[in-house]
Amino acid sequence: MKKVLNNPLALIGFIIIAGILLLALIAPLIAPYDPDAIDVKAILLSPTSQHWMGTDGLGRDVFSRMLYGARISLMVGFVAVGIATAIGIVLGAISGFYRGWVDTVIMRIVDVMLSIPTFFLILAVIAFLTPSIWNIMIVIGLTSWMGVTRLVRAEFLSLRSREFVLAAQTLGAKDARLIFTHLLPNSLTPIIVSSILGIASAVLVESGLSFLGLGVQAPQASWGNILTDGKEYIQFAWWLSLFPGLAILITVLGYNLLGDGLRDAYNPRSSQH
Amino acid sequence: MLKYLLKRFFWMIPLLVGISLISFFIMHLAPGDITTSEASFNPKASEESRQKLRELYSLDKPVIVQYGLWLKRMATLDFGTSFASHQRPVFWQTKDKDGTVTLGMIQEALPITLLINVLSLILIIAVALPLGVISALKQNQLADRSITLFVFIGFAIPGFWLALMLMYWTGVQHNWLPISGLESIGHENMPWLSQMIDSLKHLILPVFISALTGLAGISLFVRNGMLEVLHQDYITTARSKGLNENRVVYGHALRNALLPLITIFGLSIPGLIGGSVIAESIFAIPGMGKLFYDAVLMRDFPVIMGILTIGAILTLIGNLLADIAYAWADPRVRRGVMQ
Amino acid sequence: MQAANNLATNNQINKLQSVLISFAFAIAFTLLSGCGKHSTNSLSNSVDYSKDYPPTNGGTMIDAMTGEPSGLIAMIAGESAASAIASNIFNSLLKYDKNLDLTGELAESWEVSKDQKTITFHLKPNLKWADDKPLTSDDVLFTWQKVTDEKTRTPYGSDFKLVTKAETPNPHTFRVTYAEPYAPALDTWAGLHILPKHLLKEQDINNTAFARNPVGSHYYKLSSWKNGQYLKLTRNANATQGQARIDALLSRIIPDKAAQFLELSADNIDSMGLNPIQYARIFPARPDLNKNIALYKELGNSYTYLGFNLKRKPFDDIRVRQAINYAINKQEIIDGVLLGLGEPVASPYKPGTRWSNPALKPYPYDPNKAKALLKEAGYEDHDGDGILDKDGKPFAFEILTNQNKEREMTGVLIQRRLKEIGIDANIRVLEWASFLGRFIKPKEFDVVVLGWSLSLDPDQYSIWHSSQQAPGQFNFISYSNPRVDKLLEAGRLELDPDKRVKIYHEFASILQEDSPIVYLSAGYGLSAIHKRVRGISNPAPPAGIGYNTYEWYIPKAYARTEISEH
Repeated sequence: MKKVLNNPLALIGFIIIAGILLLALIAPLIAPYDPDAIDVKAILLSPTSQHWMGTDGLGRDVFSRMLYGARISLMVGFVAVGIATAIGIVLGAISGFYRGWVDTVIMRIVDVMLSIPTFFLILAVIAFLTPSIWNIMIVIGLTSWMGVTRLVRAEFLSLRSREFVLAAQTLGAKDARLIFTHLLPNSLTPIIVSSILGIASAVLVESGLSFLGLGVQAPQASWGNILTDGKEYIQFAWWLSLFPGLAILITVLGYNLLGDGLRDAYNPRSSQH
Repeated sequence: MLKYLLKRFFWMIPLLVGISLISFFIMHLAPGDITTSEASFNPKASEESRQKLRELYSLDKPVIVQYGLWLKRMATLDFGTSFASHQRPVFWQTKDKDGTVTLGMIQEALPITLLINVLSLILIIAVALPLGVISALKQNQLADRSITLFVFIGFAIPGFWLALMLMYWTGVQHNWLPISGLESIGHENMPWLSQMIDSLKHLILPVFISALTGLAGISLFVRNGMLEVLHQDYITTARSKGLNENRVVYGHALRNALLPLITIFGLSIPGLIGGSVIAESIFAIPGMGKLFYDAVLMRDFPVIMGILTIGAILTLIGNLLADIAYAWADPRVRRGVMQ
Repeated sequence: MQAANNLATNNQINKLQSVLISFAFAIAFTLLSGCGKHSTNSLSNSVDYSKDYPPTNGGTMIDAMTGEPSGLIAMIAGESAASAIASNIFNSLLKYDKNLDLTGELAESWEVSKDQKTITFHLKPNLKWADDKPLTSDDVLFTWQKVTDEKTRTPYGSDFKLVTKAETPNPHTFRVTYAEPYAPALDTWAGLHILPKHLLKEQDINNTAFARNPVGSHYYKLSSWKNGQYLKLTRNANATQGQARIDALLSRIIPDKAAQFLELSADNIDSMGLNPIQYARIFPARPDLNKNIALYKELGNSYTYLGFNLKRKPFDDIRVRQAINYAINKQEIIDGVLLGLGEPVASPYKPGTRWSNPALKPYPYDPNKAKALLKEAGYEDHDGDGILDKDGKPFAFEILTNQNKEREMTGVLIQRRLKEIGIDANIRVLEWASFLGRFIKPKEFDVVVLGWSLSLDPDQYSIWHSSQQAPGQFNFISYSNPRVDKLLEAGRLELDPDKRVKIYHEFASILQEDSPIVYLSAGYGLSAIHKRVRGISNPAPPAGIGYNTYEWYIPKAYARTEISEH
């Protein structure tokens, strides 16, 4: 961890994420308005001391909507990545531990999934299942587990031949015990790194889906759909697109910086010197 | 080499089967009868397209028979005609009895998307290589940090938002670049050189936007690859022998660090094709992404299935080419396989 | 680099790096500054568009549409993009004039027989198709045969199937006979594009290259169609209605509305539809845009409503429907969503027309009355959670709408008002195909917010008659009232306009009482057209600004510089 914090970029990333998570958590406490409160007399107000980020086309306070939108956007990221990581760990562990034909089959499935343009898949499935926040999280999760699978498998393959694992095995440790007490804990860092990077991608994918009208649906606020609402007024009501755009940018950047810093810190080769 | 190629080629068969299964699954995803979801408020049109779907995919036959027939269609690249776009052939052109040729939808859209993707790949390489090398040489210094920050910002910025801002800045405020579309009005009457310039100007923003997303991955990959190679024994040896640093870096390290990049390009094809949906929608470019998105909204199943399959096959071909290039560049791979 | 250089120093490496860096940034900058071609501002900004010029011929008008037509045979294609373009290419027998009175288009005159069952159309002399072939009553007959053909995939057949006999006594005369008088008949003939028999007789109309390469008889003909990019129409030398002034119409396909607006601001397109915010907020604040672009508004023949699924409880209870009607503040929707650019509605007709019953007023906003009605229907807040309930079940439902910013905002406003009287409504916004396919056609919805666009004839049989409830038909709210059925049937048989007015006024007042839908508002159609385009009537006449597009013109001084075709 010290190594991570020595990397100023990773530190910035960490602070950004911690800050945004905190804001999302305490949103109800700090939001100055009800995010859904309409005021047709205060439509499209530019930022003032009353409305820090202005108001939208229905007179709703953009700052409050951004705070609540953070919850939705981050939840999409967390749940989608949670699903992907869970699938990835299970398949990767089976593949790397048992090897043989199971491994071959799983790796072929991974290859197949990797060869289909994922965003097309997400688009088609969400449209057919109707876009709801749950469908979006599940579909993003189900289409992004391949990286984790490969990663866990590779870790397992390399760990399996290590002495402490061989020793435990000769002492008669059961498969499950081996996996859960020896192999998995030792593969945790790369899994965490890839999850952090995955959250960043999921937040971006949600904003892209929102742009196409297949993201989190109004009136529920997500950064993606606030940004999409604002894009038509980009020349005029700049605050409608600037704040959600920056929020997505900063959050995704934060996750990437932290993830990359972590990877650097724990990759023995690239951190020499 | 031939043996490697053959082996590599046969590996594609199980992948193709897998792709056929996934696309078959998608088709049956819409709950109940896939034919119930039509984008038109027209009982007759719905009834007719229901009928056509039933015929096209033999929906009244058992699932296994349907799958077999679907495999056959895939093998012959016969995806039928579009429901939404007045019966245009999905994949390749057809000729009717009067000799009128109707171009296939994918046939028209694919070259556009490929062109944009190839250009943006070239741009990515041109920018990511130097950035990655500098980053590695200046590891953990200001230059490294700045480059990392820069490429990550490029990745993190929502593409359609940046696109709109650039369209406004370069198109409305300054009139430097066209805002959307593929060609200006009157393009067909321009001399060829002006045509070229006109097309290029239309491509600048879309290519830039799609390259920006891919930049981070590749430049970090180059950086980390370089770092890894730079710390390897033979480089240390070369250095300790007093070999010219330039030669060490560019002669040995870079070459070895670049090899895996070939594979990465193969792998990035589906991402690029998939990412084209947003860029093409915002810039009004009639490529594969826009075609797919429209097909999804219209529930134009033949087009959806056609694009998913063709996209996957393209990726497989891309991967195959990348592997061949890799094997050609790195003899160890060939030998490894032949042993 | 391969050449041995013993003098290599760190310095040189640094140099190399700086070269690489500048290379990278050079690329970025060239990209950003766009080929190095700098012209500070578009020419148009310096042009003074306030001068008057006499009508001239020439010029190209460019507009933008979000979707591409699937084909240009309107009876098959169906979508608005297709009919907008097709109506510049094809003629109908009749048309509506500036004041929405029927007048001849291909027909010079027409007469209705005494028994009101036969209509005889006399075509204008010497009509020609764009390919120089004569246009005769045979083509009209052929079109009728096609639109009524069972194999033709069109939703517009039912009106024409009422014709029991169609004949062509001579090349200039077309006669149709109905089994009984059919009042909307003339209106239907004003909406049917006449197609050329000589090009289509051997073709499958559902699947013919003609749809993408049409030959018509109206002002323009299709000169090129670049898939996914644009459709270009140029003047038809054989046009049956005289020559239009503007040489060419170019419709660009720009799916994103924000990009369209940028194109409009940059003077790359001449016209586009606006939303209320752009019309009422952005334009007034932007003198630079107003200098070049004129705004138009016209009341369309459409309205937005909240419709109940009458097959579902509790919406089968008239008191519940009326209560919700009282609970919704329509003026708030007009002010908040349409920014005042709309009119209240109390009948399913365009406000201000003869068919709209002036005695009817919208349900006033009266939450107390709403609560009282709900109490009467058994809904009270027994458990004190702020939500009304009946038999232990809270009064909660889902408001469904499609992806349309204004409908969605309307839904949000309604949701808030319902909450105030203790109804817990959720909003669900769906993309159009799911919306229709999964919810409307199988009638899997509680309440919808939708809009109807209507034809000019008052007949609304297909929307309200109890026989029109099959999946995919328009009466998807399952409205069924024998009195309304009778009136709708009578209205179709009655040709006397005054008697029809009475029938439809009565029909509207029953609807008002029954409250199967809550009329929300009729919004103005808003458009922006570049000031280089002249000859547009402002304010818009009853038929809208589009009635005289053939008279629109672009003065030479204002025309875009174009690369000539020669």
